[in-house]
Amino acid sequence: MPSAGWIAPARASNMYFLKRLAFTIPLLLVVSLLAFVMVRIPKGGPFDRERKPASPEIERNLLAKYHLDEPVWKQYLRYIGAVWERDDQGQWHHAPAGFNTSLRYRNHSVLDIIKTGLPVSLTIGLLAFCLAMAVGIPLGFLAAAKRGHWQDHAGNFLALLSVCVPGLVIAPLLALVLGIKWRLLPVALWESPANAVMPVVALGLFYSGRVARLMREGMLTVLQAEFITAARAKGLGDTQLLFRHGLRLAILPVVSYSGPMLADLLTGSFIVESVFQLPGLGVFLVNSLYNSDYTMTVGLVLLYAIVLLGLNLIVDFIHAWLDPRIKYE
Amino acid sequence: MSDARENKLSVAPAASPAQQSWRRFQRNRAAVLSVSFLLTLVAFILLYPLFSHFKPDALSDAQFQKPGAQHWLGTDAHGRDLLVRLCYGAQISFVVGIIGAVVSLVIGVLWGAIAGYAGGRTDGAMMRMVDVLYSMPTIIFAMVLMSAVEPSLRGWLTRSGVHEASKMARLILLFVGLGAVSWLTMARIVRGQVLSLRTRAFVDASRALGATPTHILARHIIPNVLGVVIVYLALTVPGIILYESFLSFLGLGIQPPMASWGSLIAEGAGQINPIRIYWWLLVFPAGLMVLTLLALNFIGDGLRDAWDVKGG
Amino acid sequence: MNWPRLRSAAARQARRGGLRLASLSGWLFASLFFISLCGCVPHEPRADLVIVNGAEPESLDPAIITGLSEMRIVSAMFEGLTRLDPKTVVPGPSLSDRWEISPDGLVYTFHIRTNAVWSTGEPITAEDFVYSWIRALDPATASDYAGQLYYLKNAEDFNSGKIKDSNLVGVHALDPQTLRVELNHATAFFLDLCAFQTLAVVPRRTIEKYGDHWLMANPLPSSGAYELVAWRLNDKVRLKKNPRYWDAANTQLNVIDVLPVGLPNTALSLYETGAADVIWDKDLLPTEQFDAIKNRPDSHTFTYLGTYFFRFNVTRKPFDDVRVRRALALAVDRDRLTRRVTKAGELPADHLTPDGTANYHPPHGLGYDPELARKLLAEAGYPGGKNFPRFQYMFNGAAGGAAKSHEMIAVELQQMWRENLGIEMDLQQVEVKVLYANQSRLDYDVSRSSWIGDYNDANTFLGMFTSTDGNNRTGWKNARYDDLVHEANIEIDKARREQLFQQAEKILVADEVPIVPLYFYSGFNLFDPKKVDGIYPNILDQHPMNAIRRVDRPRPRE
Repeated sequence: MPSAGWIAPARASNMYFLKRLAFTIPLLLVVSLLAFVMVRIPKGGPFDRERKPASPEIERNLLAKYHLDEPVWKQYLRYIGAVWERDDQGQWHHAPAGFNTSLRYRNHSVLDIIKTGLPVSLTIGLLAFCLAMAVGIPLGFLAAAKRGHWQDHAGNFLALLSVCVPGLVIAPLLALVLGIKWRLLPVALWESPANAVMPVVALGLFYSGRVARLMREGMLTVLQAEFITAARAKGLGDTQLLFRHGLRLAILPVVSYSGPMLADLLTGSFIVESVFQLPGLGVFLVNSLYNSDYTMTVGLVLLYAIVLLGLNLIVDFIHAWLDPRIKYE
Repeated sequence: MSDARENKLSVAPAASPAQQSWRRFQRNRAAVLSVSFLLTLVAFILLYPLFSHFKPDALSDAQFQKPGAQHWLGTDAHGRDLLVRLCYGAQISFVVGIIGAVVSLVIGVLWGAIAGYAGGRTDGAMMRMVDVLYSMPTIIFAMVLMSAVEPSLRGWLTRSGVHEASKMARLILLFVGLGAVSWLTMARIVRGQVLSLRTRAFVDASRALGATPTHILARHIIPNVLGVVIVYLALTVPGIILYESFLSFLGLGIQPPMASWGSLIAEGAGQINPIRIYWWLLVFPAGLMVLTLLALNFIGDGLRDAWDVKGG
Repeated sequence: MNWPRLRSAAARQARRGGLRLASLSGWLFASLFFISLCGCVPHEPRADLVIVNGAEPESLDPAIITGLSEMRIVSAMFEGLTRLDPKTVVPGPSLSDRWEISPDGLVYTFHIRTNAVWSTGEPITAEDFVYSWIRALDPATASDYAGQLYYLKNAEDFNSGKIKDSNLVGVHALDPQTLRVELNHATAFFLDLCAFQTLAVVPRRTIEKYGDHWLMANPLPSSGAYELVAWRLNDKVRLKKNPRYWDAANTQLNVIDVLPVGLPNTALSLYETGAADVIWDKDLLPTEQFDAIKNRPDSHTFTYLGTYFFRFNVTRKPFDDVRVRRALALAVDRDRLTRRVTKAGELPADHLTPDGTANYHPPHGLGYDPELARKLLAEAGYPGGKNFPRFQYMFNGAAGGAAKSHEMIAVELQQMWRENLGIEMDLQQVEVKVLYANQSRLDYDVSRSSWIGDYNDANTFLGMFTSTDGNNRTGWKNARYDDLVHEANIEIDKARREQLFQQAEKILVADEVPIVPLYFYSGFNLFDPKKVDGIYPNILDQHPMNAIRRVDRPRPRE
């Protein structure tokens, strides 16, 4: 499919992307260290409760069991599995990496929890992503194509409206109207495909407004591009013109935004997950901060970083692919 | 400015770019309407509490009253008048939004300008730091900041003899915190602008004349970047106000008994249940906030269109 | 369509780019759709009973759980020597069908039921009980509630590591069916303790095989009425009937779903739409709606063994002055709080131990007397509240308004003290972990608190405020109080015991006032009596699942 003229820039791009990939590992380590230290700053550990253990020894045992009494640097090394220690017989052995034990859900591991939460967040997030794209791109396109007319004003207004109403308000209202008043959809929980409809709509609407605005901006920029002016001089109408030639350039801001948008959809959907009682990662992240569940927080922050960096890489790749004019050095 | 209609044949003297931009802005009806709306709103929220005989903290037995003659917008769970609370809440939200945006502006502009101008290793290091911070969900910063810094800040304020240290501590933390989670985008944009500006002729000339980097930054680069920055400022304020509502939902926002839009909306959203809805607790705060955010966005768009600013 | 062909290189690129965009979008949407479908959960048949339980259980290991929502599930899965009657919460036979108590009350001999077996078929023996109790006391298990077993001989020393030999602890298996327990002193409520989850029997072989993840084992042996089918965090816990339970004949329901719901409005929505049959956590009731709900036939409120109070940090000025503490206590209008703020029918409290506690009639503490309060404050050196240092009331908020009542009470207290005494107070909202940490460190001025009783006896409340108890967290030490509580605990005569506790409580809530009780919790259950039966209001809010029945569907699904 790529013609000969496209291969030369591609070679330069490959180096760039490989360099980016190489940077990711140290970046992730820094992120994990930063998160690790930050969660330990506030007072209050995972085992502080209303009901204190019957003796200080019990408390000490608990902390010792999870190595929370060690200095922070040692705890971090243990976390990434870089600690060797001597046991009672004097034998050296490798201490198992500590990143997998949840401090709050002591019968579950962090990976278990991610395994249960990720499909839920992924489903809702991806579907919301599709909805945002499916609603936002045509809306933005229409607004830009009919610039100055009522479609533009209406489209712009609708997009702005969806960005200004917080999810905090939309989610319960949706549940009230569709779930309770009209009994069309189940009001909460994660039991069937029907349960996904309202959360997806609540999340997707917000981002569709963003996407629409980005699309509109992109289109307006493209409208001023030279070859478009040339084509217009040849007598082509705006809409079809934009559609055939301008779309792939105009969509670039949307493509760039997809990375952060998807990452936010995956872990930032706390409000929607709370209202609809979905076992997703947003609730786990916020709860882990409340419960001082250090390992879970760092694990989820790392997941977020990995997803974000990975998506950014993919998005940049697509960006370059769509717009061969861009050269990365 | 002469009126070009008077003499169709004569050429009107060219208005300066600033004046042209301003005129473009004035032609944007939505933006102008928004400005008048905001000005009216600000006037109302500042003046109404002075004339009303309800205090925002006054508890009464008139709980959950519907909007009526006595309480125009109704009352809440403690019998407090909603309209007065909304006014004070709006004041707090505006202050938090603006100062938070200014904080994010200051940090972002300085960071981006220094990184962009210095180039090379410094640029690389600074932007890598931005990358690291960007890869983390903002909620963790918000929570850690609130939990960790607030006690010390409050202690420091009390020792300095500041009145109402507790409320001030939380407010200050909100400004700083909200600004601190929003500066990353600003830094990237500013850096992009500075990178392109750096190679321009007037900067070279300045350097040839022996100006120090600080001088060049302060006198040439930053003023040129300010256009983009102001526009994004107008668009950051709504984002900050929305984020504050999220924090209030989590219990990290404004301390009771103070109110902000965020906390009033969080309270109102908690009233949506299948049995009985005290709709005024949600409709009025949410409606007002949405209108204000719309206005701010229209103004930001208007500024951007008028000044022909392209995003980074 | 005849579009004029644009021959520029840019246009050619544009067309190629357009094709790429189209193909990309196609792939993208197809793959996203496919991935999305994978996340959907296969549809399970609805359970016989769906219960909204409250917070997500941290664990289901009887030895380490501390919260009520965990205990409700664990009591269905793992039983102990005795179990509580659903109506009267009096301990009755469970895995042990009879026992003998020595005359001095120090030795209990339990006989394990001959037909007691695990759900996987192995018999439950006395050795299993010894293993379970020693495990709960083992310092390595780090059980928060090991203190419930401290009544056993040498248990405390074993738990603190002073002795390493578990044979010295006062529990032994004389033979597979007989368990002998030796106590330090006569303990009136020991049989109640045997029904407590920490003393439940756990499957040794599974724990030794799987370690910390033994609850994920499949099959998981269960000693109670129900077995664990599925445990999905933040989603649900599904239980199914254990056919080998000794009382399986009287257990009606086959499948029970227990839901962890965070927001009260979501819980109510689930109930109103029929997705849930029972709500039995009082924190999940939106307090603003309570007056609309309380007169419905499906609303059941009852007295509950729990108290809402606040603590003074008596090591900090000005709360080291008992007059200040009493003044603040006398200036609180509890009636307004329960009538206007909490509205769930709670009773205002002027003493710590709730009314209705077994074998106990609590004395009265300080009431509402603003005049006296002002006098005391003036005596303490702050007439009219002048020069009274600004202090903070610490409380916790939670996401989504689930804990709004703490904030509402804080706001009311602030106003009451301002009006009645002229003093200024700041509200300090912190996260719950920070609240507990600050309390332990005595780093607060006044802090919101609450306490739910573990068993139906005054000691579970009054024992907290002895000088050495870790739950004291006020810095208050009173030797006379300690003596009274200690004497009461070794006293066998019920009347004398009650007297001693009364004297102690008088010191606590009327004289010294390191804490100020506000109200007693009201238990609250929401279920339709025409559908569900067997959930009885009792002071411990314990509702064993094997007693619950559906009455609208006499034949539950097999």
